[in-house]
Amino acid sequence: MSARLAVRDLSKHYGGVQALRGVTLQVDAGEVLGVVGDNGAGKSTLLKILSGAIFPSSGQVLLDGQPVQFPNPAAAHDAGVATVYQDLALAGQRDVVANFFLGREKVARGWLARRIGWLDGKAMAAHTVAELERLRTRIPDVHLASRDLSGGQRQALAIARAVAWTSRVLLLDEPTSALGVEQQQQVLDLIRRVRDEGIAVMLISHQMPDVLKVCDRAVVLRLGLVATTLTGTELTSENLIGYITGAMTGGEQ
Amino acid sequence: MASVKTEAETTTVPAHRALVLRSRALVRDLWIGGVLLALIIAFSIDSPYFLTRANWLNTSSTATEVLLLAVGETFVICAGGIDLSVGAVLGFAGTAGAWVIATAFPGATGAAVGPIALGFAAAVAAGAAFGLLNGFLVAWAGIPPFVVTLGTLGIATGFGYLLNNGQEISAIPASVASFGNKNLGGWVPVPVLIAAVITIWCGLLLAKTRFGAYTLSIGDSREAVVRAGINDRRYLLQIYTLSGLLAGVAAVLVMSRLGAGNPASGATDNLNAIAAVVIGGASLFGGRGTVIGSVIGTGIIAVLITGLVLVNVPPFWQEVAVGAILIAAVYIDQLRHRKASRK
Repeated sequence: MSARLAVRDLSKHYGGVQALRGVTLQVDAGEVLGVVGDNGAGKSTLLKILSGAIFPSSGQVLLDGQPVQFPNPAAAHDAGVATVYQDLALAGQRDVVANFFLGREKVARGWLARRIGWLDGKAMAAHTVAELERLRTRIPDVHLASRDLSGGQRQALAIARAVAWTSRVLLLDEPTSALGVEQQQQVLDLIRRVRDEGIAVMLISHQMPDVLKVCDRAVVLRLGLVATTLTGTELTSENLIGYITGAMTGGEQ
Repeated sequence: MASVKTEAETTTVPAHRALVLRSRALVRDLWIGGVLLALIIAFSIDSPYFLTRANWLNTSSTATEVLLLAVGETFVICAGGIDLSVGAVLGFAGTAGAWVIATAFPGATGAAVGPIALGFAAAVAAGAAFGLLNGFLVAWAGIPPFVVTLGTLGIATGFGYLLNNGQEISAIPASVASFGNKNLGGWVPVPVLIAAVITIWCGLLLAKTRFGAYTLSIGDSREAVVRAGINDRRYLLQIYTLSGLLAGVAAVLVMSRLGAGNPASGATDNLNAIAAVVIGGASLFGGRGTVIGSVIGTGIIAVLITGLVLVNVPPFWQEVAVGAILIAAVYIDQLRHRKASRK
């Protein structure tokens, strides 16, 4: 049991509507776990709980075996659980460096510089370049406005930013849905490199090919419950779709 | 499916394009400086009085108060807001400062340092208080900035007139006026020097500090800022307070030029300040703008105001010209914005 992130019997209801009805799953360090399911299966509710946006009605979230509660997104982030949302949350007219460091700017040394928050632009640019190179993302110039980047580059920037400031869990919400084929490939490569650094990755996706390519295991949610967990030779497109639609039932749980 | 090009496929940026994109941004920011230069050359060809000391002193003192308001407005507009109250706050703050001097020290004359300092402090505090109110209502009550500052425009105007039944307050020591009209070396009026120091400081604040970075990022994408764990409300409060504070400082400079507190003294400055910022390249959609741009924008408006008089255009045309330029500048900004969001 070396689960980096585990949820135990997690439930969430909105009034009379049960969005999650006792979900138990875990993701280990250095593993990519796919989370798939039809609309309304509970994927986004799970994501919102794990990223600190909402509270569960009952159940536990364990980070490295310790029970945790995230009262807000900042608390989740501080605990080492970073989320990259579908819309990326980048400031389009701001350059790559400003986006990379948003909320974590480096202030220059010296009493006065600290008092007025004078930014150490050079160090920030150098750090951004180094981090992007470490993850082998291809961004030509870190002083470009983020909206002048390609969709894949923007996604890479958002992921690189998330993993630069956290080392434990990365939650990805539909990271390839808006991308072209080649750029999807780049993002999937990036996800593998993040995994290889020992980060636990949870990939929420509608794209079955992506899940098959990059995930070590996949959890299928259906009507707020875990329908099955697929791994190895069981992790096929037919099985995923079978469990998502409810054509197949049973499995280990 | 193959014919549908996604956003991602059309905007891939290879390395050599990066340089082109960046230099284009620089050119965009500099062309407005060329416009200022062209105006100066045109007016000095048309009127022999344009490039004289007297006209420089006249133009620069007009520009000073607009500049301070424009600098504060730059932060507000970069943060995606608007402050329509700055001119009215200037009028109120100056009148309040003069009222404090006249009420607390009815007999003060000559170089009464204490009363004058108190009056100046009161004017700055009055400006900051209105800024704080604007910021609170925008950030915490969530009322659109346009509505909030249109409301405080009315409130500040009314309070300014209430202080002395709509009259200006001139029962203040004469040294106030001598301070405001003092020149260094005959060419550098003290108010201009003060405004220059504040402007440089604010330019660095916007371009080089965390506060400036958050100002631009809030205007660009408040969602991104909130998700990054930044307290956006706190920064919005500070941004609007800065705008009000600078209106208070401008009020001190106007008061010390006129030797009186006049509630109507900022009436036309709103239009001029907002036009200066927009001409200077700041986007009313937020996220883009520089203080140097607003300085050049202020220069264009000040040159236009004094230049039109010198070439015998009736002064009432000034506001017509500034208003038309404002609309044109916003239209260009909108075209740019649409082009960018279509990509």
